[in-house]
Amino acid sequence: MSGFYTLFYKEILRFWRVAFQTVAAPVLTALLYLMIFSHALSRHVDVFPGVGYTAFLIPGLVMMSMLQNAFANTSSSLIQSKITGNIVFLLLPPLSHLEFFTAYVLAAVVRGLVVGVGVFAVTLWFDLPALSHPLWALAFAVLGCAVLATLGLIAGIWADKFDQLAAFQNFLIMPLTFLSGVFYSIHTLPPFWRGLSHANPVFYMIDGFRYGFFGQSDAPPLLSLAVVSGGLLVLMALALRLLRAGYKLRH
Amino acid sequence: MTIALDIQAVSKRFGALTALDQVSLSVEAGEFFALLGPNGAGKTTLISCMAGLSRPDSGHIRVMGHDVQHDYRAARRALGVVPQELVFDPFFTVRESLVFQSGYFGLKHNDNWIDEILHKLGLTSKANANMRALSGGMKRRVMVAQALVHRPPVIVLDEPTAGVDVELRQSLWVFIQELNRAGHTIVLTTHYLEEAETLCNRIAMLKAGRVIALEDKATLLGQGSARRDIMLRLDPPGLPPALEPLLLRREGSKVWLRLADIDQLGGVLAQVQAAGARVRDFEVVELDLEQVFVARMQGKEA
Ligand SMILES: Nc1ncnc2c1ncn2[C@@H]1O[C@H](COP(=O)(O)OP(=O)(O)OP(=O)(O)O)[C@@H](O)[C@H]1O
Ligand SMILES: [Mg+2]
Repeated sequence: MSGFYTLFYKEILRFWRVAFQTVAAPVLTALLYLMIFSHALSRHVDVFPGVGYTAFLIPGLVMMSMLQNAFANTSSSLIQSKITGNIVFLLLPPLSHLEFFTAYVLAAVVRGLVVGVGVFAVTLWFDLPALSHPLWALAFAVLGCAVLATLGLIAGIWADKFDQLAAFQNFLIMPLTFLSGVFYSIHTLPPFWRGLSHANPVFYMIDGFRYGFFGQSDAPPLLSLAVVSGGLLVLMALALRLLRAGYKLRH
Repeated sequence: MTIALDIQAVSKRFGALTALDQVSLSVEAGEFFALLGPNGAGKTTLISCMAGLSRPDSGHIRVMGHDVQHDYRAARRALGVVPQELVFDPFFTVRESLVFQSGYFGLKHNDNWIDEILHKLGLTSKANANMRALSGGMKRRVMVAQALVHRPPVIVLDEPTAGVDVELRQSLWVFIQELNRAGHTIVLTTHYLEEAETLCNRIAMLKAGRVIALEDKATLLGQGSARRDIMLRLDPPGLPPALEPLLLRREGSKVWLRLADIDQLGGVLAQVQAAGARVRDFEVVELDLEQVFVARMQGKEA
């Protein structure tokens, strides 16, 4: 397991060395969103009964930041290694596909959680959200980050250039996270958009995570847990298959 | 003898291009083996196949008896590769790069060996420098060090001396020869043929993906055979007609002759004397690897 541990530690160190970019920057971004949206929307948006808009927004922003950073960690690490060619140092040793996969994904989950804690720390003095089911919140945080980290791994393996990765991020990850109910409760949406939101897997991550705070959610938490876990299993199977086949890594 | 590297009928195509065409060769444990060939001959592709970086379209490769695909973990543990391209991880220092590389091979507490490699490669003073801050030659040394962290029985160096100064070349070869004497098998590619000539005991030549020579160095250089090429400078310069059939080439007053057997030398000199000429200069021409290489690439004997 030491090969796994080394790769995991290296990936942690890689983002931690540039924590200003990889942790502080996303925390600041989330803080800006919070200040702008809570000011602009707090009187117009109807969320859960008995929950203020800012309190509602905080878990959404925390989760969105975690998800985006989990994705960014695996995808940017892989594409950089591929483009600079130093991926060869990971391809020569006897690392198994599973070690490679878990090290990358877990390190990205750690980055997601660190960013999440950071966002939480700077936002909660705006309006402290309740934390009624912390284990649910933690489960969704970890699973959600793992899903996005796996997606980032797949994107990083697939992309040959930075702009392909940017396209993946801008045309898939951003719309999915922004339209997932971070800024609003989907029960306020017209039926068509509400239905569409239910097809967005990120919605279940945000909604499940919020359930951990308020004990209320748009979808039943068990359903969300099932969707997120199912998504993780499917993506994991795909990622491991790509790694085993050496897709775009071993010619 | 243990076979360190066993390559059987390996072919690899990139689209329409056949980079490796039924390459078969084997290297015994303890050999210092050179893989030579012009640019694009397929040397790096063959090394990539050994290392599992590329997958051959057909054929098999074993490293220390382990198939590089089916038994990849054992095969990779037995192999240390210095890639041709200069690559490094800009996030880390020299020592970190080596500690991580050890870790990927499952090794902990490898510091003594890492210190020794750093020392042997003249990297001790750079151990805590960031990889980005190193010169090209220094980065190359780190790549050599990274290939050695797990003390692989088989070490493959793909042009390790491209772009490095004389000092490193010499210290690198001393170190590699030391490892070779300690039982490590060395496979080397280089375009500096005198390096291969001094270091290696067996040589394969690759051309357009095919093995066109696979021999002991001595055999390849014609050592052990009685054939010799000689150079004579005669006064007057004309060659006696009886010696014309032996003539290889002529340059000014110098002539080069090929003797099928060195025994003929006495007769040749006697004929020169009988024709009334005097020998002003004489040399037995040693074949060097470069001549053999050029000749073999042109499809001729040297
Ligand atoms: N990934 C690839 N895609 C397409 N063609 C490739 C690829 N890798 C190598 N080739 C081609 O395969 C042939 C052999 O290349 P290789 O790098 O093995 O040569 P080499 O003997 O190492 O040459 P050099 O001495 O220049 O390093 C070349 O014609 C090269 O263009
Ligand atoms: Mg090459």
